[in-house]
Amino acid sequence: MTDFERRAVISGIGQSQIGRRLGRTGLDLTIEATLRAVDDAGLTLSDIDGLSTYPGGSPAGSSGFAGPGTPEVQDALRLHLNWHSGGLEGAAQLAAVVNAVMAVGSGLARHVLVYRTVTEATEQGSGGRQPIGAGGAGRVSGAMQWTLPFRAFSAANWLAMNAQRHFHEFGTTRDQLGMIAVTARRHAGLNPAAIYRDPLTLEDYLTARMITTPFGLYDCDVPVDGSTALIVSHADHARNVDHPVASVEAVGTALRGRPSWDQWDDLTTMAARDAAAHMWSRTDLKPSDVDVAELYDGFSFLTMAWLEAFGFCGRGESGPFVEGGERIGLGGVLPLNTHGGQLSAGRLHGFGFIHEACVQLRGDGGLRQVDGAEVAIVGNGGGPVAGAMLLTRADGR
Amino acid sequence: MRLLPALDGTNEFFWTSGRDGVLRILRCGGCGYWLHPPSPRCPECGGRDLSPEAVSGRGRIVSYTINHQPWDGGDVPYALAIVALVEQAGLRLTTNIVESDLDRIEIGLEVSVVFENHDPVFLPLFELLDGQKP
Repeated sequence: MTDFERRAVISGIGQSQIGRRLGRTGLDLTIEATLRAVDDAGLTLSDIDGLSTYPGGSPAGSSGFAGPGTPEVQDALRLHLNWHSGGLEGAAQLAAVVNAVMAVGSGLARHVLVYRTVTEATEQGSGGRQPIGAGGAGRVSGAMQWTLPFRAFSAANWLAMNAQRHFHEFGTTRDQLGMIAVTARRHAGLNPAAIYRDPLTLEDYLTARMITTPFGLYDCDVPVDGSTALIVSHADHARNVDHPVASVEAVGTALRGRPSWDQWDDLTTMAARDAAAHMWSRTDLKPSDVDVAELYDGFSFLTMAWLEAFGFCGRGESGPFVEGGERIGLGGVLPLNTHGGQLSAGRLHGFGFIHEACVQLRGDGGLRQVDGAEVAIVGNGGGPVAGAMLLTRADGR
Repeated sequence: MRLLPALDGTNEFFWTSGRDGVLRILRCGGCGYWLHPPSPRCPECGGRDLSPEAVSGRGRIVSYTINHQPWDGGDVPYALAIVALVEQAGLRLTTNIVESDLDRIEIGLEVSVVFENHDPVFLPLFELLDGQKP
């Protein structure tokens, strides 16, 4: 196979300080993460000839959702670029990584700096999770006109209806859904960089206040400040680094259903269905080959949908699969969200998962390391956006 | 305390339709397909002869959520739902269910449109049809 994916590796990773209300700017955090990733890849800034981010720009009123755009980062680091790209539309947050892999595979760039930065904790302050559009003075246009007038202000509301439908069709329960949050917290307890590390019991989960049925407080991720950076390099750079690298085995970017929160044909599957199937069509590996799974949990139910989309269990069977938590724990058949996910390690918005996949493949997971991890899977996104990636361990120098 | 839609040439018929108590959806004159949200071309037959047409206002709850989080400072809890209209499989609206006893709301129940007046906008909300046993 000469698929473009196989020409790229993730040769370096880096994260900034991560925390609640750090009071630092997005550019400051991005530079910190970037310098660590460049150094980790055995490079200097002068080697970086590509730049990629999600979502790019700084949309007004983004409340810390958008980090710095590529012009700001390029200028701050005085990068000399052959290729650059930033954007919100694509295969979820992973689109920025997929674009970098394509740039390397096509020869447009040799070492692409990819980053995702959030400052949602600082910018949303102590007022709690900020709804989308609420309190806005203007009138609503575009796709949001179909939800906001009905006070469906948050992705929590939209996705709660996907979850409710899953409960209805398959008998899924909150006791089952809760194991996503409880397991993530157990793993976060082994990750010094996680935000919430105190044990969380299923009882704690079930008695927490309700947000939007069936989602309670612990079904929703925690806004943080932080930046994650990756270096996507040509595969032949692996021999220059002094640690294992993550080789890109396959990506999944397909979108075949109607790209809408409420018009998607099967509410229980979402776009994860198409991205996951596409990814498996591009590799000879199978779900049974996967050693560790890092699946988006902006809301707990999304992880359930990813488990089904990737075929780790049958359609509608994610509830029984996660029940009790044994299968998805560190010693289970599919260790899941080993850093604590966004639910407990913080909402680094997709990039925390790919970072953790690399950590696990390199054997750097410390107390949370999955023994012999050689194949890692990443799913990003929810609702009508999804991106998938399969990574394998490749030796360095 | 509602955020209201900005009216334009594409959506105005939909958001103002309830002035006479009737819900209207864009329909293809060629093949009869109902389009929502409104779009310039029929995705079924490619037809361009599209115009708003009255629907029955009846549908079923595809899914729902009871929202408890005071996002906008308004009253909670309240019910959000995705309703599928009877005219065509998959013809859906996100909406509110107007019901004082939120425990009555279930997937599959039949609902009927009611309009909330924000002249010139009339928001299509839905209420449970009487006599259903959840």
